[in-house]
Amino acid sequence: MDNTLLEVKNLKTYFFLDEGTARAVDGVDFEIKRGQTLGIVGESGCGKSVTARSVLRIVPKPGRIVEGEITLHRLVAKQDGSKMTDLIRLTEVDPMGSLMRGLRGSEMALVPQEPMASLSPVHTIGDQIGEAIRLHQKVSKAEARAKTIQMLELVGFPRPKQRVDAYPYQLSGGLRQRAVIAMALSCHPSLLIADEPTTALDVTTEAQILKLMRSLQQELGMAIMYITHNLGVVAQMTERVIVMYMGKVVEEANVDTIFHNPLHPYTSALLRSIPRLGMKARERQRLASIRGTVPDPYAIPKGCSFHPRCDKKIRGVCDQQEPTYIEVEPGHKARCVLYKQ
Amino acid sequence: MLAYIVRRILIMIPTLFLISVISFALIQLPPGDYLTSYVAQLRSMGDNIQQEAIDAMRDRYGLGQPVYVQYFKWIEGIVTRGDWGQSMEWQKPVSELIWERMGLTVVLAVFSLLVSWLIAIPVGVYSATHQYSMPDYAMSILSFVGVGVPAFLWALIIMYFAQTQLGMNVGGLFSQQYLEAPWTWDRVVDLLKHIWIPGLIVAIENTAGEIRTTRANLLDEINKPYVELARAKGLTENRLIWKYPVRVAMNPFFSTVGWSLANRISSITLMSVVLSLQTTGPMQLRALLSQDMYLAGSFLVLLSTLTVVGTLISDILLAWVDPRIRMEA
Amino acid sequence: MADLDQVKPLDTSPDIEEEIQSGGEKVYVAPPWKLMWWRYRKHKMALISTVVLILFYFVALFCEFVAPYDPDQAANQFKQVPPTAIHIRDTEGNFHMPFVYQHKRVQDPQTLQITYTEEPSPRYPIEFFVHGFQYKLLGLWQTDIHLFGIPQGKDQQGLFLLGTDRLGRDMFARVSYGARLSLTLGLVGVFLSLAIGVVLGGISGYYGGRWDIVIQRVIEFIRTIPQIPLWMTLSAALPATLSVEETYFGITVILSLVAWTWMARVVRGRFLAMREEDFVLAARLNGSSEMRIILRHMLPSFLSYIIAALTLNIPNMILAETGLSFIGLGLRPPAISWGVLLQEAMNLRSLALSPWVLAPGFAVVISVLAFNFVGDGLRDAADPYAR
Ligand SMILES: Nc1ncnc2c1ncn2[C@@H]1O[C@H](COP(=O)(O)OP(=O)(O)O)[C@@H](O)[C@H]1O
Ligand SMILES: [Mg+2]
Repeated sequence: MDNTLLEVKNLKTYFFLDEGTARAVDGVDFEIKRGQTLGIVGESGCGKSVTARSVLRIVPKPGRIVEGEITLHRLVAKQDGSKMTDLIRLTEVDPMGSLMRGLRGSEMALVPQEPMASLSPVHTIGDQIGEAIRLHQKVSKAEARAKTIQMLELVGFPRPKQRVDAYPYQLSGGLRQRAVIAMALSCHPSLLIADEPTTALDVTTEAQILKLMRSLQQELGMAIMYITHNLGVVAQMTERVIVMYMGKVVEEANVDTIFHNPLHPYTSALLRSIPRLGMKARERQRLASIRGTVPDPYAIPKGCSFHPRCDKKIRGVCDQQEPTYIEVEPGHKARCVLYKQ
Repeated sequence: MLAYIVRRILIMIPTLFLISVISFALIQLPPGDYLTSYVAQLRSMGDNIQQEAIDAMRDRYGLGQPVYVQYFKWIEGIVTRGDWGQSMEWQKPVSELIWERMGLTVVLAVFSLLVSWLIAIPVGVYSATHQYSMPDYAMSILSFVGVGVPAFLWALIIMYFAQTQLGMNVGGLFSQQYLEAPWTWDRVVDLLKHIWIPGLIVAIENTAGEIRTTRANLLDEINKPYVELARAKGLTENRLIWKYPVRVAMNPFFSTVGWSLANRISSITLMSVVLSLQTTGPMQLRALLSQDMYLAGSFLVLLSTLTVVGTLISDILLAWVDPRIRMEA
Repeated sequence: MADLDQVKPLDTSPDIEEEIQSGGEKVYVAPPWKLMWWRYRKHKMALISTVVLILFYFVALFCEFVAPYDPDQAANQFKQVPPTAIHIRDTEGNFHMPFVYQHKRVQDPQTLQITYTEEPSPRYPIEFFVHGFQYKLLGLWQTDIHLFGIPQGKDQQGLFLLGTDRLGRDMFARVSYGARLSLTLGLVGVFLSLAIGVVLGGISGYYGGRWDIVIQRVIEFIRTIPQIPLWMTLSAALPATLSVEETYFGITVILSLVAWTWMARVVRGRFLAMREEDFVLAARLNGSSEMRIILRHMLPSFLSYIIAALTLNIPNMILAETGLSFIGLGLRPPAISWGVLLQEAMNLRSLALSPWVLAPGFAVVISVLAFNFVGDGLRDAADPYAR
């Protein structure tokens, strides 16, 4: 059986601003298998969120997908009960049309970064979760409410029967994030897009939410696209990892390979900046950080976009020619002139 | 909720007290004792007014005594007897003159408020959701015209066209035969026939600002994460806009009902002078010009009270739409 | 676990900067005033409005020079003349420099109604820098040169760009003179309210706490009283015996008594926003005195906001003066302001016969719109993210 869930090929999403064109996503390729967790890592502003929004087709203006293909392999039940996959070219459907709206929230669901700001302050969480259920499933109001309570219970809400009528401001950050997860899972999506879901939470709550997401994944068998800039979380959560820099994927591999055999200098630099347990305070202070800052996305350097910060750059090569994205070893791709096929 | 409303009403009392003090002080500003000029005026018209009558009035309003005594006598009259003082120009108690005019002013203000909300909300929402489209530009330009042309100038322009093109007089709120008539159903109908033109004029001036507010508020909300999450749920654009950001964008609207009323009263005052409407404006103007102090002062107090009541309504509305305030209440 | 976002770059060596520049598109950071100008320039209506305002204030400053006639001089034979048509082509179809025909007075024998027609015989060419009534330019130089006109005296023939009023006074001259009082009153008033607003709003926003509460209560209270009725009451207290200058000043003060609340809110908001900012904290830690913090660090950065707020509040002042004068409670004749001129339009018969008496109203509208556009442009330029 076809095991692929989502294919993204050469995706380019640009923002057309007065100051110039921001090439937020500039050639991204990856694939997610059913039930798999793919981590997307990279510094802030490298285009992770825009990639997620492109998949959901909710890129805000003045942004637009200018090139590339996004294909969703949807499982549909046939008359005789067997299942077949239906290929949907997401880049070709009307983003606000009924097909796309039917996929959003049911096939693919989003868990956003800021749990407080992501819930309407003037509606109860029950209202907001129930709305998603009623939108994609033919159920009555009462059934939707019952299902909402059930979902809240599933994500570990204490006293869900009472809390269903709570307003977001009455809940803690962790509970709000659980409510958002409940909303995302309420229609059993085959792909959960989690965009830095724990960034706004404290460490303890973060650990709880991560645990919850892992157990829910096992229970419901969905795939997760896990976006983060935290490599520790990547190690904990994901199976495959792509590393992004300035709108491009610079490396892709299994999570172990990324940590033990990184190819791209950017990945190595990222890894060096993680503090390790048992490090002395003085050592921690001297933690290597990556030289320089991310340039503006509308002033992308010529050649390899990482070369101004790279400690392995080759003058006359890296600042001139753009490296191609190649499979260096089976299942391990990198975008760097240091490697040949 | 009830406790909340009661608390809000109690807060109004010091404000109202201050308003009455300030109004009285302002009315006292012009030099001269108006009773003396009133008596002189009556005498010049040949009336032979009794000294006792004058003394009675002096005593009743505390004239000749310190200003604060006069003030407390006035307030005492209002609170205990509903006596707002005497208008010397009309030679009637103020309370006989003001209520119908206040009522018409309120009706006009509320009517124009509702009309402009009815226009401003959908237009503002459309403008914000279609930012930089042709209709959005057109709307911006139109709303600028609304901001630039004051109601009294609209009144003049409309009066000119009605007079020259239609041979119609748009002044007044009643036809001739209902002007002094007691309130009957027919008089109400007659009022409705007349009130829409001034109502619209006031609405034009203020709607423009409200469209701009709606648009700006909505633009602030529309890119917030909760709207994006609602979109990611698969809602249609229309439904999600009206359910989420519009609802939040309305809050500043409700919270300014009091001041919106105050603005409208200002517009209505000037426009009414042009169109000689039977509202507070023209009568207050005359009272001020002839130093008819109790009449002028009463209008200032009552019009300000209207804003205070508007603020109360706005607090109640806010509590109604915003759970955070409602829960605290 | 490390958040990459929190890892600050330790080493930003000069060669990195240089390489970013050499490596393709140049990285260039423009100074703030230049960025502001660029943003302002994009606002087409603001640019046009700037030109309009410069023109209007030129007229206000040099109204004696711009006006072809004395605004108070009545001409019996030219009462309620419609705006004079300017021709460049005569009845035979020949082209000339701009000229006007003679006004001919016709009285309807039945209704006694007077109308004016054009007599196509003598042409009166429009000339620039003609001699007219005597005046002192800027109050300094005695002269009789006027921007434009026709050489004939007003009693023979007139050039009335905006027609004449019931007494035969030239509306264009009157509107030009009106610009002086109306436009400057807005400006003076707004600066007066700025002075009060900066002091009180500044105290409110900078010190916060009890001061803030008291001042906010005062502002709320003032705004509770409807403006126009309040202003009417205040100006009714101005004695009618005051001179034009005294009334002008009185009205300005009266308007500012309310208008400072508008400015104070803007100032307070900026102070609140900036009090928390790093550079102020840094200045405090350095032990700079409070006054120095305000002057050196805070004032320049919100000057742009103040200018935008000023510009947006001038039209309110102009509208207020116009409204008050219009109903007879502001400036009074013989003062000439746009509001005073509009009193003429209050008379329905006069309005129906000579709608051009509304001209001062349109002058008000144009200046109000222009200020609004300029203010919007300035605000957007000062802060592209504020709407
Ligand atoms: N709404 C927007 N308008 C303009 N530019 C945007 C917008 N959203 C994202 N971008 C651009 O895209 C780049 C990548 O953004 P994003 O995907 O949010 O980064 P991250 O990897 O931190 O999620 C940003 O640096 C920004 O320049
Ligand atoms: Mg992001």
